[in-house]
Amino acid sequence: MQSQLPLYPEQASNFAPHVDALMLFITAVCLFFAGAITTAIVVFFFKYHRKAPNAVGIPIHEDSRLEAVWMIVPLILAMAMFSWGAIVYVDYRRAPQDTLDIYVIGKQWMWKAQQPNGLKEINELHVPVGRNIRLVMASEDVIHDFFVPAFRVKMDVVPGHYNTMWFRPTKPGRYHFFCSQYCGTNHALMGGWVTVLEPSDYSAWLSGSSGGNANPVVAGEKLYAEKTCSTCHIANGTGHAPSLNGVYGAQVLLADGSTVAADETYIRESILQPNAKIVAGYLPLMPSFQGQLTEEQILALTAYIKSLQSQPVPAKGSGIAPPTGKR
Amino acid sequence: MSDTPTPDHQLPRTHYLNATYGSGTRSWLLTTDHKRIALLYLGSVTVFFFIGGVFATMIRIHLLTPGGALVTPETYNKLFTMHGVAMIFFFLIPSIPAVLGNFLIPLMIGAKDLAFPKINLLSWYIYIVGGCFVLYSFGTGGLDTGWTFYTPLSSVYSNSAVTPAVIGIFINGFSSILTGLNFIVTIHTMRAPGMTWFRLPLFVWAHYATSLVMILGTPVIAITLLLAGLERMFHLGFFNPALGGDPILFQHLFWFYSHPAVYIMVLPAMGVVSEIIPTFARKPIFGYSFIAGSSIAIAVIGFLVWAHHMFVTGESTYAALTFSFLSYLVAIPSAVKVFNWTSTLYKGSISWDPPMIYALGFIGLFVIGGLTGLSLACLGLDIHIHDTYFVVAHFHYIMVGGAVMGFVGALHFWWPKITGRLYPETLSRAAAVTLFVGFNLTFFPQFILGYLGMPRRYHTYPPEFQVLNVLSTAGASILALGYLIPMAYLAWSMRYGRVAGPNPWPATGLEWKTASPPPTENFDVTPEVTWEPYDFQNRPDLGLAAGAPSLAPAHSDD
Ligand code: HEM
Ligand SMILES: [Cu+2]
Ligand SMILES: [Cu+2]
Repeated sequence: MQSQLPLYPEQASNFAPHVDALMLFITAVCLFFAGAITTAIVVFFFKYHRKAPNAVGIPIHEDSRLEAVWMIVPLILAMAMFSWGAIVYVDYRRAPQDTLDIYVIGKQWMWKAQQPNGLKEINELHVPVGRNIRLVMASEDVIHDFFVPAFRVKMDVVPGHYNTMWFRPTKPGRYHFFCSQYCGTNHALMGGWVTVLEPSDYSAWLSGSSGGNANPVVAGEKLYAEKTCSTCHIANGTGHAPSLNGVYGAQVLLADGSTVAADETYIRESILQPNAKIVAGYLPLMPSFQGQLTEEQILALTAYIKSLQSQPVPAKGSGIAPPTGKR
Repeated sequence: MSDTPTPDHQLPRTHYLNATYGSGTRSWLLTTDHKRIALLYLGSVTVFFFIGGVFATMIRIHLLTPGGALVTPETYNKLFTMHGVAMIFFFLIPSIPAVLGNFLIPLMIGAKDLAFPKINLLSWYIYIVGGCFVLYSFGTGGLDTGWTFYTPLSSVYSNSAVTPAVIGIFINGFSSILTGLNFIVTIHTMRAPGMTWFRLPLFVWAHYATSLVMILGTPVIAITLLLAGLERMFHLGFFNPALGGDPILFQHLFWFYSHPAVYIMVLPAMGVVSEIIPTFARKPIFGYSFIAGSSIAIAVIGFLVWAHHMFVTGESTYAALTFSFLSYLVAIPSAVKVFNWTSTLYKGSISWDPPMIYALGFIGLFVIGGLTGLSLACLGLDIHIHDTYFVVAHFHYIMVGGAVMGFVGALHFWWPKITGRLYPETLSRAAAVTLFVGFNLTFFPQFILGYLGMPRRYHTYPPEFQVLNVLSTAGASILALGYLIPMAYLAWSMRYGRVAGPNPWPATGLEWKTASPPPTENFDVTPEVTWEPYDFQNRPDLGLAAGAPSLAPAHSDD
C-alpha cells in the first residue's frame, strides 16, 4: 500500500507510468517558471520599495529582444509538452489488434459489463493481467464516463455512440472505477471495482461463475431470427441484402464507391440508420430498428455478427470490397 | 496613498451621486449616467455573489465527511449547479466589465458617457429580467444539470426547473451583447482629442478585446441553450439521440462560447492589473504594445480552442491534436502579460498600498491557474485529470483567484474615484493577504485530490479523500473572511472614510483628472491628452519628484 497521503494513485496499467512521467515533466517546467516569477516579484517588491513619498521609478519602456525570448522559449517548451502528450494520446486512442473485448453499458446509475463468453457483471469488472483489454461502451440514457484512476484512463460513454478505450493491466489487485461525467442524482454512486487477476485465475473465474448467463452470440442469433434480419441477409448471398459472413472487421464497398471498415460503430449504425451508408449493389430497403432494440440487444447482435467472421464468404452477395478494389 | 501630510480634501459640492433629477429612487432607476448604471450593476452582481457564496459554503460543509454531512444527493447536485450558474453568468461575466468597465471607460477616454446611454440602462434591465427567471428556477424546484447543461441530461432526463433557467440565461445574453456593442462603439468614436489608440489605458484595450468576445460568442450560447430548452419543451430532436440528435453537438456549441467566456472573465482582470502595477510602481508599463496586442491575440485564439474540453468524448484524434496544439498557443499571450508585469516592477518605486497587494496576488494565482492549464491541454495527461478535482482547482485559480481578485483589487483602486473616500489601509492590506492565503488553502488541495482520481460533482466520496477535503473546507472559511472583511470596511468607508481628493495615489489616467466623485458630465471641459500612458516623468501636475526637474533619483543603487 501507499503512504497515508499519496500524491498519485497506484500505477496499475501500461499507461500509468507514461501519464505520471508527463505530469512530472510539466510540473517541473511549471515550478521553474512559477518559482522564477514569484522570486522576481518578491525581490522587486522589497528591493524597490518606495524610498520617498514622491519618488518615481526609472522608466524602461520595451525591449523587443526580451519579448521575443519570452515568447519563443515558452513556445518551445509548450511544443515539447504538446508532442509528448500527443504520443501518449494517439497510443491510447488506437487499440492494438489482439485485444480482449468487453462490452460495457452505462445507465443511470449503474455499470453493466459483459465478458466475451457472455458473463455479466454489475459495477464490477474482471480482467486478466498482461492482456490488452478493449472496452466497447454504450449508454442507455445520458452521458457517463468510465474512469479508472489506477490505470490513468477514462472515456465518455455517450448515448448514440460507441466509444472504445483500451489498457493493459500490469498489476493484479482491486482498483476503484468511477463515473466521471455528471449524470444526475446518483452520479457519485455510479462506480465499482476493477479486479485484475492472474490469467489462470481469470479463466477459473470465468468458468466458475458462468452459470445462468446467456452467451451473447446465442442471444444475438435468436434476435437475428426474431427481428427478421435473416429473411434478407441470407448467408449464401442470395437475399435482398448482403450476406454478413466475414463482414466484421472487413472493408465494405459502398454505393458511392467509398469503403468503410465494418466495426461496432458501423454495425450499430447499419441497424439503427440503415440508409446512412448503402452497400454497393443493394437498394435502401432495410427498415430502421431505432427504438426497437436496447443497447444490450444491439451488442448481442453485434456479437453474433462477429461470430460469423469465420463463416465462408459467398462469392456473390457479400458487401465486402474485393481485395483489388481501389483505395 | 503616501504618508505625506496631504492637505485635507473636500468632497465636491455636486457630483454624480447627489445630483438629482426628480425623486431619489426614480432618478436611479431611470438614470442613463454610466456611473450610476455601474453602481446598479455593482449592487446586483453583489447579490448574486452572495447567493452563489451561500451555495458554495453549503457545498464545502457537505464535503467534510465522505458520506456527505449536510444534504441529500438531489440537493447537493442542485447546490453545485446553482452555485455555478449564479457565479458564472450573473456574477463573473458582468462583474468587471459591467461595473468597472461601465464606470471607467468613458472617464478613461475623456467622454461624457457611453455611446448609447439608454441601451446601457436597457442592458441592466435585461440582466435583471434574466436574473429573475434564474432565481425563479432556483426557487421552484432548483436546477440540477450542472452549469454546463449537458444534453440529454438537461433536455430530457432532469426533473428540475431547467426551462426557466435556460430562458433566463438566454435573456441575460442580450445584456452582455449590448454592453459589448456599447463599449466597442464608444472606444472607436468617443476618444478625447489626443487620445490615440496607443495612448489608451490597457484597461480599455482589455475591454475592447472582451467586447469582441461578448459580441461574437454570446449569441452562440444563447441559441444553444434555447435549442436545449426547445428539445425539453417540445421534444424537437437536436441533441437527443433517441430523436436523431447528437449530444456531442451540444458540447461543441456550448464550449464554442464557454471557452471564450472564461476570457470574458479574465481579460478585464488583466486590464485592471495592467493599470495597478504601473501606478504603484510609478513607472510606465513594460511592453505596452505587447500587453495590448496579447489581449487581442487571446480574444482571437481563444475562439479556436473549445474542443479541449472534449478530449475524451470520442472526438477524432486529429481534432484532439489540433485543439491541444492551439490551446498551447493561447497560453503564450497570457505568459507575455505576466512577464511584462513582472518586468514593470524592476527599478520601480513600489508602494505597498492595498490595490498593489491585490494585483500581485492576482499574478500569483493566475500563474498557478494558467500553468495548470498546460497540464490540462496535454492530451495524454488530460485523459487522467479531465473531469476531476484537478479541473475544479484549475478554473477556480483562474476565475476566483484571477478574475475575482482582479475585481476586488479594482474596487480598491477606483473606490476613491467612485465614492470620493478612502478605506482603512492596514485592515485592507490584511484582508488581501487573508484572501490570498485562504484561496490557496481552499483550492491547492484540490489539485492533489484530482490527480488522485476524485471526480468532480460527487456528493459522496471514498474515505481516502477525506483529509484533503477537510483541508479545503478549512481554507474556505478563511477565504470567506477574505471577502467579508472588505465588504464591511468598504461599506463603512462610504460614510466615514477619509475624503480622497481627485487623485490620491496619484495615477496618470484621465479618470484621475476630474473630481472624486466625478460630476455627472465627467469633465467640466473636454480634456486634451498630450502625454503618453503611465508616464510619471513628464507630468508636473502629479506633484511627484520627477515632475519637478532634477530631484534626487528614486534609488541610491543606480
Ligand atoms: C493558460 C492557458 C490555459 C489553458 C492552456 C487552459 C486549458 C484548459 C483545458 C484543457 C481545460 C479542460 C480541462 C478538462 O475539462 O479536462 C480547461 C478547463 C477550464 N479552464 Fe482553462 N486553460 C487556460 C486558461 C484558462 C483561463 C484564462 C480561464 C478563465 C478565465 C480558464 C478557465 C477554465 C474553465 C472554466 C475550465 C473548466 C470548465 C468546466 O469544465 O466546467 N482557463 N482549461
Ligand atoms: Cu455519472
Ligand atoms: Cu477552455
